[in-house]
Amino acid sequence: MFTESMRESIKKVEATRAERMKTEPRRMTAEEKQSLLEQYHPDYRKEGFAEIKIGPNKGEKAPVELTGLIHSNSRLLNENIDLSKVDYDVDVLVIGGGGAGSSAAIEAHEAGANVMIVTKLRIGDANTMMAEGGIQAADKENDSPVQHYLDAFGGGHFAARPELLKRLVMEAPDAIRWLNDLGVMFDKDADGRMVTTHGGGTSRKRMHACKDYSGAEIMRTLRDEVINRKIPVVEFTSAVELIKDDKGQVAGAVLLNMETDDYLVAKAKTVIIATGGAGRLHYQNFPTSNHYGATADGLILGYRAGAPLLYQDTIQYHPTGVAYPSQIFGALVTEKVRSLGAMLVNKDGEAYAHPLETRDVSASAIIRECANGKGVDTPLGSGVWLDTPMIEILGGEGTIEKRIPAMLRMYLNYGIDMRKEPILVYPTLHYQNGGLEIGGEGYTKAIPNLLVAGEAVGGIHGRNRLMGNSLLDIIVFGRNAGKAAARKAKEVELGSMNLDHVQAYAKELEAAGLATDNVSPMLLPQYARHER
Amino acid sequence: MENKVNVFFFGKRYQVPADLTIMTAMEYAGYTLKRGCGCRHGFCGACATIYRIKGQNELKTCLACQTQVQEGMYVASIPFFPTDKRTYSINDIKPNQQVMMELYPEIYSCIGCNACTKACTQDLDVMHYIAHAQRGEFEKCAELSIDCVGCGCCSVRCPAGISHPMVGVLARRLTGKYLAPETEHLKNRVEEINHGEFDSLIEQIMQKPITEMKELYNTREIEK
Repeated sequence: MFTESMRESIKKVEATRAERMKTEPRRMTAEEKQSLLEQYHPDYRKEGFAEIKIGPNKGEKAPVELTGLIHSNSRLLNENIDLSKVDYDVDVLVIGGGGAGSSAAIEAHEAGANVMIVTKLRIGDANTMMAEGGIQAADKENDSPVQHYLDAFGGGHFAARPELLKRLVMEAPDAIRWLNDLGVMFDKDADGRMVTTHGGGTSRKRMHACKDYSGAEIMRTLRDEVINRKIPVVEFTSAVELIKDDKGQVAGAVLLNMETDDYLVAKAKTVIIATGGAGRLHYQNFPTSNHYGATADGLILGYRAGAPLLYQDTIQYHPTGVAYPSQIFGALVTEKVRSLGAMLVNKDGEAYAHPLETRDVSASAIIRECANGKGVDTPLGSGVWLDTPMIEILGGEGTIEKRIPAMLRMYLNYGIDMRKEPILVYPTLHYQNGGLEIGGEGYTKAIPNLLVAGEAVGGIHGRNRLMGNSLLDIIVFGRNAGKAAARKAKEVELGSMNLDHVQAYAKELEAAGLATDNVSPMLLPQYARHER
Repeated sequence: MENKVNVFFFGKRYQVPADLTIMTAMEYAGYTLKRGCGCRHGFCGACATIYRIKGQNELKTCLACQTQVQEGMYVASIPFFPTDKRTYSINDIKPNQQVMMELYPEIYSCIGCNACTKACTQDLDVMHYIAHAQRGEFEKCAELSIDCVGCGCCSVRCPAGISHPMVGVLARRLTGKYLAPETEHLKNRVEEINHGEFDSLIEQIMQKPITEMKELYNTREIEK
């Protein structure tokens, strides 16, 4: 399947392999990393960002595409929605059917609340389903939550909110226990010890996995549990605006049936935004590893209602997206491939960096190699080699099939056997480090009874996230949000519902000279090609 | 002129670039997908698709996001299929043969036609894992079904009306919860945390100034 020039380069990769395998590439110093990031990381490209002109983060920057959505009006601005006609009336409304939303719904249900999930695709059509490599937790003897904290805090450039990061690491072992008790099949040895590996930037091997279906296995189990509990899941229905009451509390959401285009009203005592990420906004024209619905809807809903964002200007590009073949361009190649020993190698066969630097550093180094002519040309750009045959040499024949079967299958589909040949990778838009700001209990600081969980949250990871801390955060913060919302719902008294903030937002836009007919949230990316 | 092929979406012909997947070809043709499109990378099973190449007898099943278009491909997507998931309480069931008989009795009506295996978009040995489920061999059923994305193509083709992906999920949950060995170090760590053994240490590290944190981070020892 590789082209002739790729084959030529593979020969160089093969020629240097034995020599490369004798030593571990040096890790960069803090200064080297910083200089590399400033030169090559997309977060430092000024043209990729624009200033937010209205709302709580006015004056700060965000990716151009996100700013565009923030500077758009509600699609309800000129609609006459009768809020007295209530279609759903619940204690807890969960917006989003991924790992965070499902965890929240299960815990809210466990606490006795009347909870419902609304999701614009199906439950489980989510980035959780696609997470491959694993989930972190400091549960081994040589490790501790404090060490986990240090790794994540440093990896996130010392910007994580301590109260959020503390929860993440302290509640990690219990998250694994909870999943294990729900029936998630973690990789264990015969004595029950977890099989754990390193991720980029970890100082202990604390990456728990279910082969390279870690997220899928977790999501399938959570979905099964949601259905077993008969929690209502309203699919193919988007939340398009939050509803507030006359006391300024959140009071539900206006929903849109994606198939009939009818609006519906959901009244709720508490609302949990668990809408995930933004990969489908294709910041700086990057391809993405994200699912079809990753369009930052929850950020828009929250922001328009008055909730501030945090670190909305920092994005994670996963170093190893598929660079070739084009049919799977941008798809995730799990970091576990490097955890298992594969090196990153340029077109001349040089291992130009340590394979397990943090993701922002690793991605920047790939971009540097390609910018300096050390990349391999592909039909859609360029890439560097991920020397996968090393895994079979290091771990023995059959290691790839046993530990990363999804990767093997994905490439075999296109005639590439990663056990025998290296694969071509280039960074892909993977994760929004920022999102809506919350406190330790999961509540937004500006709007009573509104909670956020999962990738839609900003501040847990700081300005870069370590592998395996996202599957962890959806469980930890999803569970907490569900419990907190169920508790809170018992004491909430809702006033009269309104959508006044939609009009107020339009006026703010107008006052800023940004009057517009554009609407947000985006809901679905515009991929259909039309000739006229 | 780029290389194009003729594909037929629901019987209607479109000319699309030959290097597209079925999913991107539909978008190239002008479809805005609502159903039948989830993760777009082969993990969620939303884009189950059935096709036949003009002039060939065989019906094939695939994931639209993972399959390249071919000349003369007649494509129908299956965005939803009424698989039949039975509900249960994971804490109340036991990993014995009885549980399959009670929840999914139709697996014992399998006629051994192997249509499920032939239809699997992940090349799993579906009939084989159902056979393990029949015998209450949940770990084997779990192992063979772990790559299942739940697209449901097996169930579409099954004359016995079996909802294979749901059987797999049950077997995996039973295995993960009851049959896999217990993890002592996990249990211990959860107890230590609940007893507050890390409380003061975590509070200390949270209070440290950034300069000290940088020093700690940059000089930390990394496990080999």
